Amino acid sequence: MNSNNGFIGWLLDPKRRGPLLIAPAIFVLLLVNIIPLMWSFGLSFFKFRANKLKAPDFSWFYNYEKVLQKEKIWEALQTTAIIVAGSVGIQMILGFLLALLFAKKFPLRRILLMLILTPMMLSYVAVAIFFKLFYEPEFGLLSQFVQQFTGEMYVLLATPAGALIGVIIADAWQWTPFVMLLVLAGLVSVPKHLYEAAEIDRVSWWRTFTTITFPYVRSLLLLAVLFRTIETFKIFDVVFILTNGGPGTATETIAVLVYRTAFQYFRTSNSAAMGYILLFIVIVLTSLYLYVIKQRDSEEI
Amino acid sequence: MRKRVVGEAGWSHSAIAGAVGFIYFFPVLFIILTAFRNRMDTLATPPKWFFSPTFENFYHIFYRSSSTTSEYISTGFHMYFFNSIYISGMSVILALIIGTLAAYGFSRHPLKGNETYLFIILTTRMLPPIIVIIPIFLIFRLTGLAGSYTGIIMMYTCFNLPFSIWMMKSFFDELNTEIEDAARMDGASERSVFFGICIPQVKAGLAATSVFALILTWNEFLFALLLTNKTTRTMPNAMARTIGGEINVDYGLLAAMICLFLIPIFFVTYALQNQLLRGVTFGTIKK
Repeated sequence: MNSNNGFIGWLLDPKRRGPLLIAPAIFVLLLVNIIPLMWSFGLSFFKFRANKLKAPDFSWFYNYEKVLQKEKIWEALQTTAIIVAGSVGIQMILGFLLALLFAKKFPLRRILLMLILTPMMLSYVAVAIFFKLFYEPEFGLLSQFVQQFTGEMYVLLATPAGALIGVIIADAWQWTPFVMLLVLAGLVSVPKHLYEAAEIDRVSWWRTFTTITFPYVRSLLLLAVLFRTIETFKIFDVVFILTNGGPGTATETIAVLVYRTAFQYFRTSNSAAMGYILLFIVIVLTSLYLYVIKQRDSEEI
Repeated sequence: MRKRVVGEAGWSHSAIAGAVGFIYFFPVLFIILTAFRNRMDTLATPPKWFFSPTFENFYHIFYRSSSTTSEYISTGFHMYFFNSIYISGMSVILALIIGTLAAYGFSRHPLKGNETYLFIILTTRMLPPIIVIIPIFLIFRLTGLAGSYTGIIMMYTCFNLPFSIWMMKSFFDELNTEIEDAARMDGASERSVFFGICIPQVKAGLAATSVFALILTWNEFLFALLLTNKTTRTMPNAMARTIGGEINVDYGLLAAMICLFLIPIFFVTYALQNQLLRGVTFGTIKK
């Protein structure tokens, strides 16, 4: 880089190296993410429907008021909370148990790990199709299993509670491997001599677990809960394909509600307002997540 | 990671792990079996575990029998297949180039407020895609980008960018800067430090990042649902449309489609086992 003159030279000055390197990335993010987001933030203060030609009409906090006053969004938040609690809960318990199982060395471990880790690399669409087939009332395995006892077809997705359970199982199946992987990382970082010392001192299994194993995986467990909560909070694809929010609105999560409001009812500015309530929650959770990451990094140094 | 496992396990432990692995994998196995069953066997109750495998379903992905004549007509699925490869390929390459430069910048030439930039970048990835898609959908409709390759590739580049930046930054952060400093002392230009010293050391990282980005894009559903049309439709959407009818869903056909999806994923999961955690957490958790 030998041009020392003019604009190019000014631009390539070592002082500007950092900004120059990140400029393209910032540009793309601004263009495709941040500006559209600000635009829709502005839109959330107007009355606007994308399927009508009427010009947007400024209305202050009308959309936010309307959204927050309606039962719908609280119901959707509640549904999402149930799915998050159920799915993340199952993931943590099963993931922890699986990690304990795989923390030891045995033949074919790598292959078995691959089999267990496969679900989390799958498309949500594929997972939804797996479980749709699994829950299928006529020849689905679940229905046939229940049929052996009751003699009747079993339609899990037909009842509100059943549909919620169906979605939770599908999501938990896909993401338990993630928690397992995190916990496994914590388990293998426990110094071996601690276990040896515990064995010599004849410490009980439970005490070994609470005083040696658990402290090493605690921060990773917290990270797993936060990360999965953020991700499950956004759950859309699986619900959309598996139940389409039904029966009724029993599995209508917040993302599905925003989708329906925006692209089926075309209440565009209304959905933008909902989106910003959602965004606020995710930003809080994300900063919490990064805070824990930092704490953990500084502990290790 | 593999070498630091806690201890050797006994017979019973291995057996339990084997059984658990099999049960956990069972849904995938069932789909693979379904893909090779013919239509009668798929609908059989109780499920047939032994049957003569057929490639019928795989053939029907690409060609279906016409209702009027006995000829087979194309389903257009090869086009969706191509679209998926082309769109995710292009966007990953773009995101990787821009992202690697930015990651290097963030790692080696930190700005004032570096952390804030990184936080905002991560947030754009963490926020629910449904919020982003509302304004994008309207803007694309106004500018005529809806349904075009350019539009969806732009969207996916942006979708992959935060991931590439965080992931590549985590790899750059791990490098020993002494070598770079020594090279700089010897008068190496910044360009040769970047291309000659840093990039060769993060080759594995580049590979892992691109593979993860490819899978994430390949699997993506919502953006493609709203921003593609008949000619630019991707695989997940084609699959979702096949299931859309509720009644008379051809599960054998869907299973065969998923099988086509599965092969590369098995390979990747096996090859990148030690990078998997970093990949799914966008490089925020390294081990």
